Amino acid sequence: MSSPSSRGVKEAVARGIARRYRSERVFRALGFGALLVGLGFLAFFFYTLIGNSYTAFQQTRIRLDVALDAAVIDPDATRDPEKLRGADYQRLAREALNALFPDVTARADRRELYALLSSGAGIELQQLVMNEPAAIGETRTLWLLADDDVDVLVKGHAPRDVPEAERRVGDKQLGWLTTLEDRGLVELRFNRYFFTRGDSRDPELAGIWGATVGSFFMLLVTLALSFPLGVATAIYLEEFAPRNRWTDLIEVNINNLAAVPSIVFGLLGLALFINVFGLPRSAPVVGGLVLSLMTLPVIIIASRAALTAVPPSIREAALGLGASKMQMVLHHVLPLAMPGMLTGTIIGMARALGESAPLLMIGMVAFIVDVPDSPFSSATALPVQVYLWADSPERAFVERTSAAIVVLLVFLLLMNAAAILLRKRFERRY
Amino acid sequence: MSLAADRKSNDVSEVATEAAAAPSAQTAPPAPVEEGYRTVGDFTSATPVMQARKVDVFYGDNHAIQRVNLDIGRNEVIALIGPSGCGKSTFIRCLNRMNDTIESARITGDITLDGENIYSRSMDVVMLRARVGMVFQKPNPFPKSVYDNVAYGPRIHGLARDRGGLDEMVQTSLERAGLWTEVKDRLEEPGTGLSGGQQQRLCIARTIAVNPDVILMDEPCSALDPIATARIEDLIDELKQNYAIAIVTHSMQQAARVSQRTAYFHLGKLIEVGDTDDIFTNPRHKLTEDYITGRFG
Repeated sequence: MSSPSSRGVKEAVARGIARRYRSERVFRALGFGALLVGLGFLAFFFYTLIGNSYTAFQQTRIRLDVALDAAVIDPDATRDPEKLRGADYQRLAREALNALFPDVTARADRRELYALLSSGAGIELQQLVMNEPAAIGETRTLWLLADDDVDVLVKGHAPRDVPEAERRVGDKQLGWLTTLEDRGLVELRFNRYFFTRGDSRDPELAGIWGATVGSFFMLLVTLALSFPLGVATAIYLEEFAPRNRWTDLIEVNINNLAAVPSIVFGLLGLALFINVFGLPRSAPVVGGLVLSLMTLPVIIIASRAALTAVPPSIREAALGLGASKMQMVLHHVLPLAMPGMLTGTIIGMARALGESAPLLMIGMVAFIVDVPDSPFSSATALPVQVYLWADSPERAFVERTSAAIVVLLVFLLLMNAAAILLRKRFERRY
Repeated sequence: MSLAADRKSNDVSEVATEAAAAPSAQTAPPAPVEEGYRTVGDFTSATPVMQARKVDVFYGDNHAIQRVNLDIGRNEVIALIGPSGCGKSTFIRCLNRMNDTIESARITGDITLDGENIYSRSMDVVMLRARVGMVFQKPNPFPKSVYDNVAYGPRIHGLARDRGGLDEMVQTSLERAGLWTEVKDRLEEPGTGLSGGQQQRLCIARTIAVNPDVILMDEPCSALDPIATARIEDLIDELKQNYAIAIVTHSMQQAARVSQRTAYFHLGKLIEVGDTDDIFTNPRHKLTEDYITGRFG
């Protein structure tokens, strides 16, 4: 074979050149198209999510002049907190509403009228009196919580111009509501209960705080267990363990564990932690243990990758100076690998935060009203709360489901941002 | 003696051709070392610090070094030269047991430091590396401050009693490495921010801060420009007053400039050892002659 003449080379290149550029253009167009499709889906997701959720951050309230009647709250004037707590505050709210519609007298009508108010109205009055006993006997102008059916109507999530049978709110109630609205006594106010309360059967009283605290305790347990264990395992496997069949087997199994469906870990948690060890059901500590099992392989793999990325020259430098292996690891390798390890940990934790399936198995799907005060008290978690609300029939839970997802996403974004910041902050050149 | 040397040298060249002709036989079990292979020249030193006797190194099935005998003498620089893959780096990495970090590496034979076998049970590897320091091919300062780089060795070995003593050690080491005037105002800046030549001198300062008996240098100038190289060579020349130095180099000029003795390695065998002047002016072995006259390597 003789080498082609320079003219031959030129011709051959010229023949192929258009095709080469064309395939490059096609590839770029395909890539760009894929990116656009992805971004489109993301935009649609955020649009529907935010469109559905933003109304959950507001709540309908009705302005009432409530007479805090001493005869109802504290007839014996003892000011005993126990007595004050047990008084019928809902009655005060109802009387205040009745005062606006004095012509509603029939028992059935009155019951319908009172249904405009949430049972939370009485709780709000109770809290006011408990905090400020001096208010007894006064008349206060208050914005009290409306029922969720009213809330849905006011927000326009349910139609008003359909036959009564297709509405959750009766004709009379609708009339009263319209009157209240015309008088400017109905307003959408910031929904602080959503951020301060636990779950509730009444959507207007249901909040995300209980689930948030539950998730927090769970992640705390997960972090406390899986970070030290994961990092120690990674260091041992990467720096100290001999390379033989056993360590190969362990390595393969760790990689496999990372791919095990999370619900399997839930079953393991149920069988081991609850049935064998007798830990409490629905408790964040069990959730944290289960999620640790799930997060450990992720942290080990990320930590090992971070350790491998530390250049051997640094190790040699330390060993060459007479550092022991432990000193080499602690003084030089670990500081350099730490950002990568932390990033892996936070990514693993973010995955744990979004996990719901294993928690269903260990009873964290229970309906729990109280905000948990320790990792051992019953709790639910953010993704499980989303699942619970999505399953609830009340229309008002739709927006709360979306809002809970938004809260969950905000936490995930914060954690990922922290991972990026940590990496940027502690990354060192070598 | 010369007659014996001639006979041995024939053996060596035979072995060499064999090994070169059979690169595919890597997976075969290590071939027995031929009787009669013997280094040309005098491998002993009048004032030895380290002595290697019948050292063989295997990486798995690969026989990297065969029956090497060599002394490292006090207050002298010995240069190890030879073509790539001849085992000269492997050899000096045996001297401070850096090969221990390679799992497949297996070492037989005796290496002594002041008469004490460094591979014996009683020799602690941490102690050994404190006494036999090493400077690597690529400058590898820790990603810490200049000060911490130099202070690291004294710190882990507990050599300084207080901060003042440590400061003094750092300064002396940097001065000896000829780096003090350049870095005295930037001791807290990262060592990785220095130039390549400065980094290598920092690594030398870091090594001598522990005050070792022997300094091993594995091609310390291969990543440096000629000016930085010249500075390091001057430095090596000064350092030999206090330390025994073994330097691996690919540059024969460098070997000729800095060393008093030279050892020529070829395919895992130590072919010839002698005074540097003799080796470069009057090589006795054919392979040595071919190498230093640039016929291969």
